[in-house]
Amino acid sequence: MENATVDPLVPARAAKRRSWKLPRLDWRGTAAVAGFFLAWQLAVILALPGFDEIPGPWEVLNTFVGEFLFSADYWASWAVSFQRVFLGFLIAQVIGIPLGLFFGINATLRSLVFPVFEMMRPIPPLAWVPLSILFWPTNESSIIFITFIGAFFIITINVFEGVRSIRPEHVWLARSLGAGTFRIFRKIMLPAVIPSIAVGMTLGIAVTWNVVIAAEMIASDSGLGRLTWEGYVSSTPTVVVVGMISIGIAGYLSTVIVDWIERKMMPWKAGR
Amino acid sequence: MTEAATETKLPGSLSGQGVSKTYRQKGEEPHTALADLSFEFPAATLNVVMGTSGCGKSTLAQMLAGYLKPDEGTLTIDGAPIEGPGPERLMVFQESTLWPWMTVQDNVIFGPLSRGENKAQAIAAAAELLVRFGLIEFRDRYPAQLSGGMMRRAEIAQALINQPKVMILDEPFRGLDVMTRELMQEYYVRLFEDTHLSTVFITAELEEAIFLADRIYIMSDAPGRIVKTLEVDLPRPRDVSCLTTRRYAELEQEALDALYAGRDDMDF
Repeated sequence: MENATVDPLVPARAAKRRSWKLPRLDWRGTAAVAGFFLAWQLAVILALPGFDEIPGPWEVLNTFVGEFLFSADYWASWAVSFQRVFLGFLIAQVIGIPLGLFFGINATLRSLVFPVFEMMRPIPPLAWVPLSILFWPTNESSIIFITFIGAFFIITINVFEGVRSIRPEHVWLARSLGAGTFRIFRKIMLPAVIPSIAVGMTLGIAVTWNVVIAAEMIASDSGLGRLTWEGYVSSTPTVVVVGMISIGIAGYLSTVIVDWIERKMMPWKAGR
Repeated sequence: MTEAATETKLPGSLSGQGVSKTYRQKGEEPHTALADLSFEFPAATLNVVMGTSGCGKSTLAQMLAGYLKPDEGTLTIDGAPIEGPGPERLMVFQESTLWPWMTVQDNVIFGPLSRGENKAQAIAAAAELLVRFGLIEFRDRYPAQLSGGMMRRAEIAQALINQPKVMILDEPFRGLDVMTRELMQEYYVRLFEDTHLSTVFITAELEEAIFLADRIYIMSDAPGRIVKTLEVDLPRPRDVSCLTTRRYAELEQEALDALYAGRDDMDF
């Protein structure tokens, strides 16, 4: 994508020269990342204020390779967190998308359910933790529930807004051409809402990771959030940093997957 | 209607008697778009409705297509009342209404498939139209990959495949660049001259109106009413050269007089 556009500020010759230099390495970006780790290591070596208990990147890398990379427990933490995110996110889609559609289509249902929905929506997902533990029979189900809450309101609201912003002409035309209610719903309204579903998914997956990590720290004995928290409790800060980086990578991977799914859902938006 | 009747006389005559429409929205002054509007749009004629923006032209178009009901009055097509939307009256809107998630071909065959017609036949009919409109290589593209003029052509194909009795075009070429616009006008003139498809064409552009029309109906400001009907007797087939004829200039003057009638008191 980026390569296709020509930056008007770059002289044509420079742009041309750049085009055959493949693969293109972003030198500034690389330097910035290297600089970041260097500064971090230096801060630890010089024992700057606040850094006396914080491990440097080299130490973290050593710990990671030595204790985590080949540890089944570590990868089990990944699997557990991913599973929670996946289930919470999936259930939020499965319930949120139809509910948002109903809000948009059926005024009676909207007036009946929407007030309750709007009453619950401002409650942060983590505020549900105690009640969730009391309500759900297992710890696992309560964490999945909290994760679900994180994505559910976002996806529902986005789908609802998506239905409301369908252009009336798009539906009118289908009606003129002789399409029935079901065909209009399936061929016109549903695809028209897909971009809004995608926005809900992008926002939802980010919130889901936030929520699952916090919920694991509070209420679980497994997962990447727990791993990080245990590192703190057991005074092994290298473990904390390994956990943080793992969570960052896990979140990033989820975003990549969700982006891929979104592109598959909207073939008409790709390849312009 | 019987076979014999359609053969002898092309369908698609529209008429309105005493049509009124007032928009009422909470917290806003009611806006009367049309008041006691009556008209006869004959079949096999390119009827152009002209007026300034906000004179109720789009309201009229939406009523003819069956999307809006008049508060008062009746609208008929070939003598039968217009009850709602239907494939015999198809509209091309101001902004493209191609469904962005369907390819050009899927957009065009949507109508026939909606009415349970055979898919292979629909694809063949679509191909014929797309060839005619120079879009055949683009049938698997999505609308966002087309230029403005191509979108308009695809929309006309999307309507024509349903063999409508009348086409309603609501300022369809607005927003196109000048060159594309002129090209599209020539396209439509040629299409009309080939088929004599009954047409209601709404525009705010005088040159466009005269170039296309058999008849121009000039509407007053809201509440809209037809203040003048102008027979455009420029010979067909037409091309751009007719815009330089004396007759064109006379018609233009006549239309301008009608458009500005009663506005001499305005300061310009």
